[in-house]
Amino acid sequence: MASEKTVYMDHSATTATDPEVVQAMLPWYSQSYGNPSSIYRLAGISRVAIDEARAKVATAIGAKPDEIFFTSGGTESDNWALIGTAFSHKGKGNHIITTAIEHHAILHTCEYLKKQGFDITYLPVDEYGQVRMEDLKAAITDRTILVSVMFANNEIGTIEPVSEIGKLCREQGILFHTDAVQAIGNVPINVATMNIDLLSLSGHKFYGPKGTGALYIRKGIRIDSFLHGGAQEKRKRAGTENVPGIVGLGAAIEKAVRDQDLKTSRIRDLRNRLLERILTEIPNCRLNGHKTERLPGNINICFEFIEGESLLLLLDHAGIAASTGSACSSGSLEPSHVLMAIGVPIEIAHGSLRLTLGIENTEDDINYVSEEIKKAVEKLRSISPLYADYLKKRS
Amino acid sequence: MYSEKVMDHFMNPRNQGEIPDADGVGEVGNPSCGDIMRIFIKVKDNIITDVKFQTFGCGAAIASSSMATELIKGKTLEEAWEMSNKAVVEALEGLPPVKVHCSVLAEDGIHQAINDYRIKQGLSPWEEKAGHAHGHDDESGE
Ligand SMILES: Cc1ncc(COP(=O)(O)O)c(C=O)c1O
Ligand code: FES
Repeated sequence: MASEKTVYMDHSATTATDPEVVQAMLPWYSQSYGNPSSIYRLAGISRVAIDEARAKVATAIGAKPDEIFFTSGGTESDNWALIGTAFSHKGKGNHIITTAIEHHAILHTCEYLKKQGFDITYLPVDEYGQVRMEDLKAAITDRTILVSVMFANNEIGTIEPVSEIGKLCREQGILFHTDAVQAIGNVPINVATMNIDLLSLSGHKFYGPKGTGALYIRKGIRIDSFLHGGAQEKRKRAGTENVPGIVGLGAAIEKAVRDQDLKTSRIRDLRNRLLERILTEIPNCRLNGHKTERLPGNINICFEFIEGESLLLLLDHAGIAASTGSACSSGSLEPSHVLMAIGVPIEIAHGSLRLTLGIENTEDDINYVSEEIKKAVEKLRSISPLYADYLKKRS
Repeated sequence: MYSEKVMDHFMNPRNQGEIPDADGVGEVGNPSCGDIMRIFIKVKDNIITDVKFQTFGCGAAIASSSMATELIKGKTLEEAWEMSNKAVVEALEGLPPVKVHCSVLAEDGIHQAINDYRIKQGLSPWEEKAGHAHGHDDESGE
């Protein structure tokens, strides 16, 4: 029988919408449903609600309200940032620099831009997943128009040297975009001091609603409109605003940033204890990513001799939700591009497990999850030909 | 994602393990994702009297090995050779299309084990049939 218990440890995939956020959204469906573009009072209050949400998003990242543009989420913000700046700056050059470990929302957009005649450089990363400044410096040419480096990686949790990159790009007069989808609510962000020109964020990663997001565009940056139509979002992103979603995004980001220190220190503490237990109690496993420059809730670990999808199935049976970078679970049968980029051998990447903790995890969860992982790994190893060989070699 | 039958064979694999004095051993790697399956057989009077497997792979690969070994146990070598990955998929009440290749691994592993046995007996190995279904465009069995 499958377990009754559920422990959610996949917060990098998405989070439960905070009940307070849901409450804040509800009035904007059936009560105050006016179209913000209309002129009567019912519409006016929607406009005010959007302005308030915009101010909250701006405050959370150290921007000004008129630098925030609402979108349908992280994917749209990434697409817009890259495509919108690429086309509006192609008079200056056609070269874009990004990294090998970006989310597909960036990588596949870059593939599209390549077909449109842009040159893309994918920076390698070191064994911990960080971009090296000397690689970035060496990649810049006089045709470089944009650098896009994620704030924090969604698989291994590595935090990139964003301030340094921002400083370099500003000095060189090159636009700097960062995909901060995983970083909001976890890492302090200030677009002004960090010299960030464009930043993507997504509501559902910080206990806000799915299908909501924003792109920060520094004042004065030239960028093409993304959706063409009405005059919404200063004519840059047309379409009747998702008022309840925008209100929810505002409420969620305000709370995420207000409680950030408390929340992240508690989660980091739980994460460290879980990690410690896994590393000491299960032989032949290793941590992927950076020891300290890491999202507080992230664990990414490889268990030798076993495969990740089967591990997820056993954990799911025990009520635990997690994720893997194994080729077997990717649909394309390709191993995680992030694990490949940090040099994890393919067969070891097979046994990767990502646990991402969040606000509702408890001490009990740590004990339960570490026990269940131990049992599952033992069970799969007992079936594995690689483990059998390993035991023979040892004896 | 998986049928109840697949989950049953995955959670409670039959014939898992190793036969130290096996008469035939097959080891195959999955060209799609890099996984490994090893099949051990014990043969008496042309009958597979015992069979065991070790698999490094996904849930479908483990369930396919379990089911395939069940299907050939007690069968003649000819019958075991004829067992296709399709029969494994059917017995598992279907696999998602992206997972059909994992059942092909089980068929290949059994073929290798049988030929390993034949070679050890001084017999010539059997040939894979032309057009041997390598699964990808096969029906999922659903
Ligand atoms: C780093 C990163 N960028 C972009 C996205 C896409 O965001 P959304 O799901 O809001 O489209 C995600 C979410 O999976 C992500 O982790
Ligand atoms: S063994 Fe890799 S997908 Fe089944």
